[in-house]
Amino acid sequence: MRKCIEGSLAVAEAIKLCRPAVVAAYPITPQTHIVEELAKFKAEGEADFEFVRAESEFSAASIVLGASASGVRTYTASSSQGLLLMTEVLFTIAGLRLPVVLTCANRAVSAPINIWNDQQDAMTIRDAGWIMLFAEDNQEAVDFHLLAYKISEQVKIPVMVNMDGFVLTHTFEPVDIPSEKEVACFLPNYAPAAGQILNVKSPVSLGCFATPADYLEIRQDLFNDLVSSMEIIKKELGNFKKTFKRGNSELVEYYGDKDAEIVFAAMGSIVGTIKDAVDELNAAGQKAGVIKIKCFRPFPKEEVVSQLSKAKYAAVIDKNISLGQEGILATEIKALVRNDKKVQSFIVGLGGRDVTRQHIFDIYKKVQDNKDGVLFVG
Amino acid sequence: MTDKMLFNSLLNPGHSSCAGCGEILAMRHVLDAAGSNTIIVNATGCSEVTTSKFPTSSFKVPWIHANFENASAVAAGVWAALKTKRKILRGSSRFTSGLAPQDDKQKQAQDDKAGKINVMAWGGDGAFFDIGFGLLSGSWERGENILHVCFDNEAYMNTGVQASGATPFSANTTTTPPDTNSFGNELMKKDMIAIALAHRCVYAGTATIANVVDIENKVKKALTLAGPKYLQILVTCVPGWYTDAKDTIKIARLAQQTGVYPVVEFVNGELLDAVKCPVPRPKVEEYLKLQGRYKHLFKSDKGQVIIKKIQSMADENMEKYNLQ
Repeated sequence: MRKCIEGSLAVAEAIKLCRPAVVAAYPITPQTHIVEELAKFKAEGEADFEFVRAESEFSAASIVLGASASGVRTYTASSSQGLLLMTEVLFTIAGLRLPVVLTCANRAVSAPINIWNDQQDAMTIRDAGWIMLFAEDNQEAVDFHLLAYKISEQVKIPVMVNMDGFVLTHTFEPVDIPSEKEVACFLPNYAPAAGQILNVKSPVSLGCFATPADYLEIRQDLFNDLVSSMEIIKKELGNFKKTFKRGNSELVEYYGDKDAEIVFAAMGSIVGTIKDAVDELNAAGQKAGVIKIKCFRPFPKEEVVSQLSKAKYAAVIDKNISLGQEGILATEIKALVRNDKKVQSFIVGLGGRDVTRQHIFDIYKKVQDNKDGVLFVG
Repeated sequence: MTDKMLFNSLLNPGHSSCAGCGEILAMRHVLDAAGSNTIIVNATGCSEVTTSKFPTSSFKVPWIHANFENASAVAAGVWAALKTKRKILRGSSRFTSGLAPQDDKQKQAQDDKAGKINVMAWGGDGAFFDIGFGLLSGSWERGENILHVCFDNEAYMNTGVQASGATPFSANTTTTPPDTNSFGNELMKKDMIAIALAHRCVYAGTATIANVVDIENKVKKALTLAGPKYLQILVTCVPGWYTDAKDTIKIARLAQQTGVYPVVEFVNGELLDAVKCPVPRPKVEEYLKLQGRYKHLFKSDKGQVIIKKIQSMADENMEKYNLQ
C-alpha cells in the first residue's frame, strides 16, 4: 500500500513484515525513530519479537550475534558513534557467518561532535566483511531491507542497509509498503542450516580459535563468498522486481546522457540531487551522467569500469573522507580505472552540510581542470 | 579411534591447559553439573584458547566464542532466541524457525525442553570484573535467566599475568611489579558479590577449586532458580601465581581456610551459606608463602606490614560473613 510516511517508520514497517524474532538496539540519533516504532509495534501487539534494550551499541550487536547464532532472524540499527562502538562485534558477526541485518542511519563521526548526515560511519567499517547496500530514497530503503534478509540468509553473510540520516530517515515520502502476504511469499521463514547454530540436540562449537595454520584460509573463504555473493544479490534484485514490479537487478545504475564525457559517481540520497543536476546539464546540451553505486561491498568492479569506460572525466562525490588520502569511493574507483588521471575526488556534505545542484554544477566545471588532490565543495 | 573413552565428561580431554590448571578443572565440574542441556557462551581467555583450537573442540555441548567483553550480551541473545523458539513451539507466535507444525503434546514436551536449556556465560575475571563489566550489569538488570560463571584467577593470565580488577592487594603481576618504589598491586580486589547483590541477582555465590563437590552443588542449585545468577570460582593459576602444579588444590583450600577468599552463597539476596574456617585458623602467611606472586612480601620489613594488612583483611571477612 502506497502511503506518505517518514523514512524511519517505513523501514520499521518493513522490518515488522520481515518477522525478526529478536530485535536489540541502543538509541542514537538519527536511528532512534526506527527502533522506537518497533518498540511501539510490540507494545501494541502488532509484533511479538523479543525486544532487548541493550545498555550500549556494543551490547546490541552482541545480542543479535547470540540470537542469530541460536538460529533466529534478528535486527538492529545504529549510526555514527554507535556503529563505531559496534565495530569489533561487526567483524565477529561476519567472521561467524551470521545473517544479521543492520540499518545504519548514516551520520558524521566525532570530533567535533555532529549529529547530521554524512557517510563516514559506514565507510569506516567497510572491511568488516558485511554486504553494504546504500539506498537513494525511502522506497529503496524499504526494499533493501526485504532483500537484505533474503540475501544474508542464503550466503550467510550479514547485510548493512545504509540510509542517509535525516535526509532519508526523517523525511516523508510516498512509499509503497508491501503486504504481509507479498513479503511472506518473497521472504519465507528462516530455516538455518544444520550444524550452523547452537542446538543442544546437535552440539557444535562456533568461533573456535584459529592458529596461523588455518586463519588465512578461513578469511579467504569469507572473501571469496563475499565476492561471489554479488551474483546472488543481482539474482535477488531480479526476483524482487518480478514480485514487486519495481527496481532492477543492477548493482550500479546509470542515469543521464549515454555518451557523457563527464560522469559523476556517488552513493545514497545525494544521487537524487545529482540526477536533477544531470537533467539540467543535459537539457543545456552538456554531456553528463551519473552512476549510482547501490552495493559498495562487495564492490561491483566490472559494472563500475564498464559504466565509466566512455567518460573522459569521472567526478567521484564522497560524503566521507579517508583522512590523509581522499574520498573513499574515489580511491576505490581510481584503483579500477587504468587512466586514474580522469578520476577526481570531491568531498561534499560532511556533517550535514547541504549539497545543492549548484555544488554539482561547480564539480562539473572543476573536474575538467583535472587537478590532482582532493577538492572540498560546499 | 573407536575405543570408548575411559573418561566420561562433557568437557573432553586433549585441551592445552597447563599442568595443575585450576580453571580447566573448574570448567569441567561446572559443565558436568549443568549437564548436556546447556549452551555455553565463552569470553576470550584461557578457557577459550585452550579448548577450541580449530578444527578441534573440547566441548560436547553447544558452545560459542565471540569477543572478550561480550559473553553476557551474546548469552542474552541466546536467551532471547530461546524464548522466541518456545513461543513458536507453543504456536503463539507468527515467527518462524522452519519448525513443522506438531500436535499439542509434542509441542508441550518440546516447550518444556526448550525452557530447561541452561544458558551459561563463562569468562575470567578480566572478562567480568573489567572489560565486560557493563555488559554483565546490563544482563543482570534485564533479569535474564543466565548463569554467569567467573573463573577468577585474579589477573589477565592469557596475556601474560597483567593485573585486573580482581588482582588482590600487593600481588606481583607484570603490570604491578614490586620494586624499590612498589610493593605490588596497590589496589583492592573488586567486590563482585556485593555488586551482583545490588543488581538483585537471584543467585550470587563464590567457591574455590579446592572443593569441586561444592562447585557442582552450587551450579545445580543456581540452575534451579530463574533469573540472573553469578558464580565466582577461585581457580589457581600455576604460571600466573608462580606456584607448583602439585599445590593447586592446597592453595585454593588455604584461600578459603584463612578467610582471604570467603566462600559464600546468597539466594534472593539472603546469605544462605558461608563455609566456616577451621579452628585454629591458618594464618595468611600459610597461603601467601606458597605463591611466587607474594614472594616479595617475605623479603622486607615493609612486606611484613603488608602481610599484617592482608591478615586484617582476612579477619574482617571472618566478621563480615561470620566464618568462625
